[in-house]
Amino acid sequence: MSAHADTHAHDDDHGHHHKETFVTKYIFSQDHKMIAKQYLVTGTFMGIIGILMSLMFRMQIAWPEEPNVLFEALLGKWAPGGVMDADIYLALVTIHGTIMVFFVLTAGLSGTFSNLLIPLQIGARDMASGFLNMVSYWLFFLSSVIMVISLFVEAGPAAAGWTIYPPLSALPMAQGGSGMGMTLWLVAMAIFIASSLLGSLNYVVTVINLRTKGMSMTRLPLTIWAFFITAVIGIISFPVLLSAALLLIMDRSFGTSFFLSDIFIQGEVLHYQGGSPVLFEHLFWFLGHPEVYIVILPAMGLVSEIMASNSRKPIFGYRAMIASILAIAFLSTIVWGHHMFISGMNPFLGSVFTFTTLLIAIPSAVKAFNWITTLWKGNLQMNPAMLFSIGFVSTFITGGLTGIILGDSALDINVHDTYFVVAHFHLVMGISALYGMFAGIYHWYPKMYGRMLNKNLGYIHFWITAVCAYGVFFPMHFIGMAGLPRRYYTNSNFPLFDDLANVNVIITIFALVGGVVQLIYLYNFFASMYYGKKATQNPWRSTTLEWTTPVEHIHGNWPGEIPHVHRWAYDYSKPGHDVDFVPQDVPLMVGEEELQH
Amino acid sequence: MTALLTIIVLVFILVAIWQMVKIFDLAQAKGENSAVATDKDNTMNAYLMMGFLAFIYIITIVCFVKWGDLPLMSNSASAHGPIIDNLMVISMVLIFFVQTVTQFLLHYFAFKYKGEKGKKALFFADNNKLEFIWTIIPVIVLAGLIIYGLSTWINITSVDESDDPLVIELYAQQFNWKARYSGADNTLGKANVRLIDIDRANILGLDEADPNAQDDIITTELHLPVGKPVLFKMRSQDVLHSAYMPHFRAQMNCVPGMITQFGFTPTVTTADMRQTQQMQEKVTNINEIRVEKSMALVAKGEEALERYEFDYLLLCNKICGKSHYNMQMKIIVETQEEYDAWIKEQKEFKNSLIN
Repeated sequence: MSAHADTHAHDDDHGHHHKETFVTKYIFSQDHKMIAKQYLVTGTFMGIIGILMSLMFRMQIAWPEEPNVLFEALLGKWAPGGVMDADIYLALVTIHGTIMVFFVLTAGLSGTFSNLLIPLQIGARDMASGFLNMVSYWLFFLSSVIMVISLFVEAGPAAAGWTIYPPLSALPMAQGGSGMGMTLWLVAMAIFIASSLLGSLNYVVTVINLRTKGMSMTRLPLTIWAFFITAVIGIISFPVLLSAALLLIMDRSFGTSFFLSDIFIQGEVLHYQGGSPVLFEHLFWFLGHPEVYIVILPAMGLVSEIMASNSRKPIFGYRAMIASILAIAFLSTIVWGHHMFISGMNPFLGSVFTFTTLLIAIPSAVKAFNWITTLWKGNLQMNPAMLFSIGFVSTFITGGLTGIILGDSALDINVHDTYFVVAHFHLVMGISALYGMFAGIYHWYPKMYGRMLNKNLGYIHFWITAVCAYGVFFPMHFIGMAGLPRRYYTNSNFPLFDDLANVNVIITIFALVGGVVQLIYLYNFFASMYYGKKATQNPWRSTTLEWTTPVEHIHGNWPGEIPHVHRWAYDYSKPGHDVDFVPQDVPLMVGEEELQH
Repeated sequence: MTALLTIIVLVFILVAIWQMVKIFDLAQAKGENSAVATDKDNTMNAYLMMGFLAFIYIITIVCFVKWGDLPLMSNSASAHGPIIDNLMVISMVLIFFVQTVTQFLLHYFAFKYKGEKGKKALFFADNNKLEFIWTIIPVIVLAGLIIYGLSTWINITSVDESDDPLVIELYAQQFNWKARYSGADNTLGKANVRLIDIDRANILGLDEADPNAQDDIITTELHLPVGKPVLFKMRSQDVLHSAYMPHFRAQMNCVPGMITQFGFTPTVTTADMRQTQQMQEKVTNINEIRVEKSMALVAKGEEALERYEFDYLLLCNKICGKSHYNMQMKIIVETQEEYDAWIKEQKEFKNSLIN
């Protein structure tokens, strides 16, 4: 069965070999595989910052206003005597959210795997435009640099929450972080959006135009479907955030009143008149909600692919999986108002958004059931990637179910902006997407670096992370249902919440352990690049095209002709075949019928 | 100096962890040298999956037993509270049923169908009947939830003017709350932050020429007569705030430049709420915690904490700046007579101005 792959291994001349210098190969590379790795490493670096911040504010919540040497060392003037300042607490919360949502789970996840897998899995030599792809990465890099620089400005980084609602974010006198810190935040995000749009356009064009012969849309692996639809959602919604950011910059710096009206602050009336913060909320969430699907859909795609491969079974309900991705994508653009039930908008609108929001549960349920059925009667290979995929389904269900409460406007009144929300979205899109990302890294590491990650370290990484993730976010629902608001620097001014203090300590301990365990992963990730076991061409015995390329990366991906595709991506354990997988480029046997999926 | 030392210690700890992992890594490299899961790995992880299922169930039970008195699911103090609580309980029961079943299936399948050499998986790609079933079941359940949820929502948000509600303004500013009662005419006077005149003590920007404003009363505590519908009009002078009154199942944002509203009828007086068994247990528990904390504080030479007594609260629940965590106002629900006596003592707007 592997003979077909070797047939093109020897004619090297067809490959696209350019003369490459160090700079064009490793820095300003236009090769999608190198760009994918650049995204991954940058995303990892930002992830370390984001997670470190969360550990710091978790310690503040558990042991409020107690001196902590770590704060003194890392926060400097923001922690006089080691006691964290209330301003920097809000800044940490804000930047943690921004970094994790955009820089890690959008750029780090989608940027890495869309770039790596789209050309490889559809059978293309590279992205439609290698140059745009390179520009996209370097804009992302620039935006990361600006975001990191913003942490060091005099009056502190942006601190108005990752949703940066004006007027708080618009008025420097309202908060220290709304000065230079917020300006840099907005600039960084504007560049980030440009980067994301360039990337998305490239993905869409590549998937539509560059599929190899025989690769019809209904033969695409679900990963590609997920990346494709994600890119489309990004193109629809990111420009709206850009416009919101630009209008906010206008309000801040040029005296316009898009979002501001009738403000009296620090003893004076400001000139703003006629604008409305609610308009900003609409614009923000028009991106903000699709954004959570931009984060989760790629993870769903990766998980679908990894589950099928490691179950040695076709993904169950391929067509239903595509239909549910489409349904989720469509619905995701008409549900943003569920973040605004109590924003002061007309309650009738609230009912409309409740209706559309709860509808999303249907395609989500279909996906969850299909994943579970994919496991049924499989021959499950418990590789670390598979564990993270199963973990993904588990946290996606746990976190998703509470969405039924939050999406219901009547119930949202009660738990809006409490820790219940924090628990919900961290499980359903934070932890789940992170699991999807880890699953993808464990699975495609051999494709990226030509070596294998250590599986035993992977097992330790998964199991401790899995326990800690539940340990952190499960109890958090309960302090939310006790009415504890999020983004409080300390709860000690509310004796009412004194009985929740011990829960917060438990949560923080789980968070600290979970954070430290990621060091094992980081070791595995970096050490395996040099000392990992050498990868074989198709280590997981998968059917998709990326495993027909040689282990050593070459520009143009396949040394010879691009393989043609003759079947769908999920011919695992197909009756009538001796081996339990039939790669997509293997022609149908005489008398064999392609599954009419 | 301590900062530098801490960083050095941290770096050493990181190096130590790195080295330990490396030793572990090298130690096992000698054995069977596979980076792909073997039958042994499959079996081990399959059992861990069942262990993890048990962990999920245990953490669920522990959370419900220890912290599951769920103040937001019972003991509400407003007329619409029990309706919300009822919907919440129904949704919760449903969620935990689905959670228990699906997590069982997921982890049990992961255990049952663990990989073995030579085993072949079932080629099972599609089944329209199955997929139809698990599409239609959520559709039906959600249709029920949507209808129930929307009727509750409409019920809560529609203000019935014929009830003749008591109109009160909640006024938010960094970082405190004010309440403005509409006085004998039950009509709030016109106001705009542009009319704020601190020197004349016109702190909420009332229109001094508006006859409706003359008898308005501005307070820093919120008193509500029990059983009387209240309609809150929310205003903010600077940034977004959110008026969150968890015991009354009420919340609404305060938005600069516009007036938002939320209405409810308080049903339990503060005094009665303090007498409920659930509240007494909660308060006793909290005071035990506070006594313990106080002992530690006194040992350090600081002041002991005050004894806690239950009060309804209005909290700010929208990030609003540095002291967001301490933006609160006491709410007192009392009998009509007590309320009348209290309001009589408050100064009307026309008398509170400094000329």
